[in-house]
Amino acid sequence: MARFTPENEALARRIVARYPVPKSATIPLCHLAQEQDGHLATDAMEHVAELVGCTPAEVLGTASFYEMFKLHPVGRYCLNICTNISCRIVGAADLLARAEERLGVRAGGTTADGQVTLEDVECIAACTEAPALQVNYRYVERVDADLLDALIDDLRAGTGRAEEFPPHGTLGLVRQELGPDDLANVTPPEQQVEPVWFARNATAEEGAS
Amino acid sequence: MSDAPAERTGGSGDTPLIVSSRFDVPEAHTLDVYRNSGSFPGYAGLAAALDRTPDEVRETVASATLLGRGGAGFPAGVKWGFCPPGVWPRYVVVNGDESEPGTFKDRLLMERDPHQLIEGALVAAYAIGAAQVFLYVRGEMPHAQERIAGALNEALAAGLVGRNIMGTDFSVDVVLHWGAGAYIVGEETALIESLEGNRGMPRLKPPFFPAAKGLYMQPTIVNNVETLSNLPWILHHGVDAYRAVGTETSPGTRLIALSGHVRRPGVYEVPQGTTTFRDLFHDDRYGGGIRDGNELKMFIPGGASAPWFFPEQIDLPLEAKPVGAAGSMLGSGAVVVMDETTDAVEACYSLVRFFARESCGKCTPCREGTTWEEKILERILEGHGRPSDIDLLLDVADNISPGPYPVAADPEHGLEAVPFPPKQTTICPLGPSSVAPITSAIRRFRNEFEARITRRDLIPVAAAGSGGDGV
Repeated sequence: MARFTPENEALARRIVARYPVPKSATIPLCHLAQEQDGHLATDAMEHVAELVGCTPAEVLGTASFYEMFKLHPVGRYCLNICTNISCRIVGAADLLARAEERLGVRAGGTTADGQVTLEDVECIAACTEAPALQVNYRYVERVDADLLDALIDDLRAGTGRAEEFPPHGTLGLVRQELGPDDLANVTPPEQQVEPVWFARNATAEEGAS
Repeated sequence: MSDAPAERTGGSGDTPLIVSSRFDVPEAHTLDVYRNSGSFPGYAGLAAALDRTPDEVRETVASATLLGRGGAGFPAGVKWGFCPPGVWPRYVVVNGDESEPGTFKDRLLMERDPHQLIEGALVAAYAIGAAQVFLYVRGEMPHAQERIAGALNEALAAGLVGRNIMGTDFSVDVVLHWGAGAYIVGEETALIESLEGNRGMPRLKPPFFPAAKGLYMQPTIVNNVETLSNLPWILHHGVDAYRAVGTETSPGTRLIALSGHVRRPGVYEVPQGTTTFRDLFHDDRYGGGIRDGNELKMFIPGGASAPWFFPEQIDLPLEAKPVGAAGSMLGSGAVVVMDETTDAVEACYSLVRFFARESCGKCTPCREGTTWEEKILERILEGHGRPSDIDLLLDVADNISPGPYPVAADPEHGLEAVPFPPKQTTICPLGPSSVAPITSAIRRFRNEFEARITRRDLIPVAAAGSGGDGV
């Protein structure tokens, strides 16, 4: 797909400005690119590299470490079924097998219509509500066979519950509003000195002696 | 997806709720409700801190003996004191990359009481003289990210973060950052690598203790979400009130995430040391008993990395020291209960597969060892196990964590407890953690492994050669 749109590039620059060292913005910018395109495209990584001041290979090197970054297109909905301990001991393996059967793909695969990518994932931190799954990282809890069947039908049709889930790549719908003018202390590490309030320690010592 | 909380929460009823007092308060994530609800008025702890010098705040936290809640249990105030004097800038990094299987207390703290966490982080930043706070939230938790982003936006507008906080000379930027799916990034040096925009691989300690050489090689304090969430209460109510809860060596409370085969799974805030696992599983305030009246088979007392406990250990208190001496750890406060219906081999496989998938690949014993552990367990489960596989598993495990591995006492099998922690041939504890389920399961349930290897009635049909499709 593509480089950042002008709006997203402006947002990306605001994000980069929050870090004393621009490369720290690599992961947030990769998320922004994935939100824009649904996956992390090669030319998006090139654009990220330009914005954070490193090579595209370094961005790829970082992005390829993290399983949320999809370097190839995935389904509109990523259906992630937790198969770790708390979910497995209450039937997660059966749910995964059922989902594979109904979708006609193995875990890791995408349906031919491009609607659903199925994954068997590790603990998603919803253990009291086991068995649990996420659709585009939104929780669906206490899943049983009927709920799973209905959910899969909705996701394939793009109707019903499917409308609750933003497209793959979209994480928090509320963004932190922190522009360059709001920042108090962001400077490169080598330019920083003792913060002013820390002088209170010395003042207190003088007062005590 | 409603906003109504699904997870059960609660406390003992006898001691105050320190960190979870707003879990059931509607709209507690908003600044207005945060200021006017819960066990202390919101941002009163920060105001109390700003009335003291940074050193006094650090000493307050040190004398409270606030033990880190991320797993290692190191006292926060002592950790803060490790910043080398006169080296600037310093940073505070909030570790919200909670991914330990069974653990989800931090997610609730971030979703339901984000201002409490922000206030705690500000107290830490004031005490150590940090220029910036980075709040690192796990990638797979967009709801927590939204709640924290919203809270930070409100706090900025109210002058509670950024320049001249509460009209004082204290200024600090708080930046929300999130991960992208890697358990290892919960390890503090890997978290720092990730925050620098790199692959999340741990650094060798020494020399890279974050307090000395952390983010951008500057002094950095990495604290867990629950640890920081305790600070506002401590600053507002004082050290004596805090130390009145829990025990002498482990004051305060712990958030315990109780899951598995209990009637009432939930997140419970319990006073440290005075509650036992029996209370937690059977008391109606907490678990309410094993489901279906079944027998307890085993339980994990502190996340996937913790060696298993068995019915003999049920009367141990929820406190780091006695649990450690008994051969396991309280770790991240995740307790997983498994009843008699649980297949020990499958439970072991599920935990080992996790570590194999999450190994970052930096150290050979972990990268290769966890992979082989997973492969061997997989072939046992699929009916292709070999009689030598059980000892082979133990041998691979010994290469990752040499010597006697922490284990619970088992009088029936003549085993004495080996105390925590395990030895390691790796930079971080991930590899040695993969050994916990293997040694725990094989020592106690070797017969189940042997049965999987020898008994044809336990071999899956396709694997037994009945004309399956070879899958």
